[in-house]
Amino acid sequence: MGKLATWALAATGLALTAGAALADTTVKWMHIEINPAQIKIWEETARAFEAKNPGVKVEMQFLENESFKAKLPTLLQSKDRPHIIYSWAGGVLKTQIEAGVIDDITDRVQGYSEQITPAALAAFTYNGRVYGLPIAMSQVGFLYNRDLMGKAGVDASGIKTWDDLLGAVKKIKAAGIVPIVVGGADKWPLHFYWTHLAVRLGGKAGFEAALKGENGGFQSETYLKAGELFKQLVDLQPFQNGFLGFKNPQAVGYFGDGKAAMTLAISTAYHAQRALAADKAGLGEDKIGWFDFPTVPGQKGEPSDTLGGITGWLVTKGAPKEATDFLKFFISKDVQTRLAAGNFIIPIVAGADAGLNNAFMRQIADNLAKSKYHQNFYDQSLGPSVGRVVNDVSAEIAGGTMSPADAAKAVQEAWKQGN
Amino acid sequence: MAVIAARRVPRDGSLTAVLLFLPPALLLFTLFVVLPIGEAAWYSGFNWNGFGSPTKWVGFDNYRAVLDSRAFGLAFRNNILIILVSLLVQLPLALTLALLLAEKFRGAVALRMLFFMPYVLAEIATGLIFSFVYDGDYGLLASIYRLFGAEAPHLLASPDTSMLAILIVIVWKYFGFHMMLFIAALQSLDRNLIEAARIDGAGRLQTLRYIVIPLLYPTIRLSVFFAVVGSLQLFDLVMPLTRGGPADSSNTMVSFLYNFGVTRMRVGFGSAVGVILFVICVTFAFTYKRWFMRDE
Repeated sequence: MGKLATWALAATGLALTAGAALADTTVKWMHIEINPAQIKIWEETARAFEAKNPGVKVEMQFLENESFKAKLPTLLQSKDRPHIIYSWAGGVLKTQIEAGVIDDITDRVQGYSEQITPAALAAFTYNGRVYGLPIAMSQVGFLYNRDLMGKAGVDASGIKTWDDLLGAVKKIKAAGIVPIVVGGADKWPLHFYWTHLAVRLGGKAGFEAALKGENGGFQSETYLKAGELFKQLVDLQPFQNGFLGFKNPQAVGYFGDGKAAMTLAISTAYHAQRALAADKAGLGEDKIGWFDFPTVPGQKGEPSDTLGGITGWLVTKGAPKEATDFLKFFISKDVQTRLAAGNFIIPIVAGADAGLNNAFMRQIADNLAKSKYHQNFYDQSLGPSVGRVVNDVSAEIAGGTMSPADAAKAVQEAWKQGN
Repeated sequence: MAVIAARRVPRDGSLTAVLLFLPPALLLFTLFVVLPIGEAAWYSGFNWNGFGSPTKWVGFDNYRAVLDSRAFGLAFRNNILIILVSLLVQLPLALTLALLLAEKFRGAVALRMLFFMPYVLAEIATGLIFSFVYDGDYGLLASIYRLFGAEAPHLLASPDTSMLAILIVIVWKYFGFHMMLFIAALQSLDRNLIEAARIDGAGRLQTLRYIVIPLLYPTIRLSVFFAVVGSLQLFDLVMPLTRGGPADSSNTMVSFLYNFGVTRMRVGFGSAVGVILFVICVTFAFTYKRWFMRDE
């Protein structure tokens, strides 16, 4: 009898401590950020949240970009999945939602979501329900080196049309300077050409028609023409030697080293080029400029249309409610203003753009505010199986191993197969 | 069948041993070998992105798609190329060096270690190192070209040269391993046989041709086996060097599986590649063992 009492007591004790442990909630958060300055702000935000919410711990986990994408399907289906994960929205998000591994947080963010840029929030909304919160937007366009452009006698502010660009490339090449640097081994930097041309040529209607399979889908006039215009550029051999062997960080560094006149890049490269340059200083603000992707003859899109990313965070199924609370805290005006002040992001919370303290970031923010059609990166938007094919064919057009017609056909076939 | 099985059961106490020791081994084998293979074979019949459980049964469509894929054809060709280079360049090189370094002379051990070193290095590190060596702007190769006043080619960036560049790294990395195998075999040879041949008037080359090499056959057969199976499974050197590019020119079957199955979240398609690769490996392993390694 005595023994039984001891056991019972021990069991109660165990139950009690287990109960106490449960009161301590840990919010696990998985990211892919590699910029230590930005992570420092994130860490501080997490600690501030913990201070305000006793009993809640926020734990950051890191995975490298490609490993993150590869591991995600398995990770999301395990019981031990992180509560908050990084996302590029688009087709991958759609698959995850359909698989039922992402939490519907519509009700929990009510009254809060109004302060977020509608286009950014829309990227994380599916069938009228909110599945995540955006954190930043970016734009794809041309960064250029003022000194090299000057040396080649090219006025960058005059590059408005595709022909202007081709003319500039010829002039720069004639001056013995590498016109454009690109990280072709990563493939996606090359897909910016094909897809931005398509954004110009077809506009929003063109993309939506392709998704519905109208006019031949991705084999329609829009995409054939995009490939042909891209080929015009490729035929001028505008890229640095061995561009198919360059990874993106290498290419951005090459630009930062002042070895190429231009690069078609995500707006974040404006700052990344400094850290990636050989001397860690890169091009100073007076040496670097930006022009929007040129217009093309007969385009149906608006010149203000933009291509870029919308990134954010998802809350996974079964996460404690503190995860959403933390996310709201994390994507608040204060934190966004801080991140904007560090020039890490173009903020998506109303008023946080006041933090932007340089002319370049402000210009990008204005562009995005003006844009009525912001196309998410195709390789994200179309999901991994089709998106990778877009990247593949872009690299093949650039390498001269595939014709624009075959490229469009390959994308359409991948799309048909997956949908 | 039952009769045969019954006849094979030992009558003495070893029956207990079989009953005692077979189940755990069988369980482990089933859990870690048979089940995953069976699972892959099962998944290969579905069009599936890895979320939830597979529902879209497509039969042999994935296999058809793999075999129709131009990129898989290239990957298969590259695997054959790797096998050929391993057998025709790497093993002869390893054997020659082994014959030179098996002799006892000053510095022999140091030289052996030097040649063995690349094998010790992790594949991923080797790949990274060589991606710097091959860099046409800053790499070692570029400096060599510059010495002669020429501009270096970007070997890894052209579909025509990417595979050549990888093959060079493969030979560099693995010849030391085979050399060590051969040295070990050479040192355990019966010196009396060689001395007897010498006394009978055989020259160095004759001794080599008629005594040493035949005595090395078992090791050579083993080396060939390792080289072929290793070549079929090559992956971790390719990823840091080219990731299979440009234009899929340097994929191996395994990097093809990764690039087209895993990163595109086409689990069924990837499984089909895995099954094809498995069949090739197993067929080779069994045929080879049956024909060439019967005595061992």
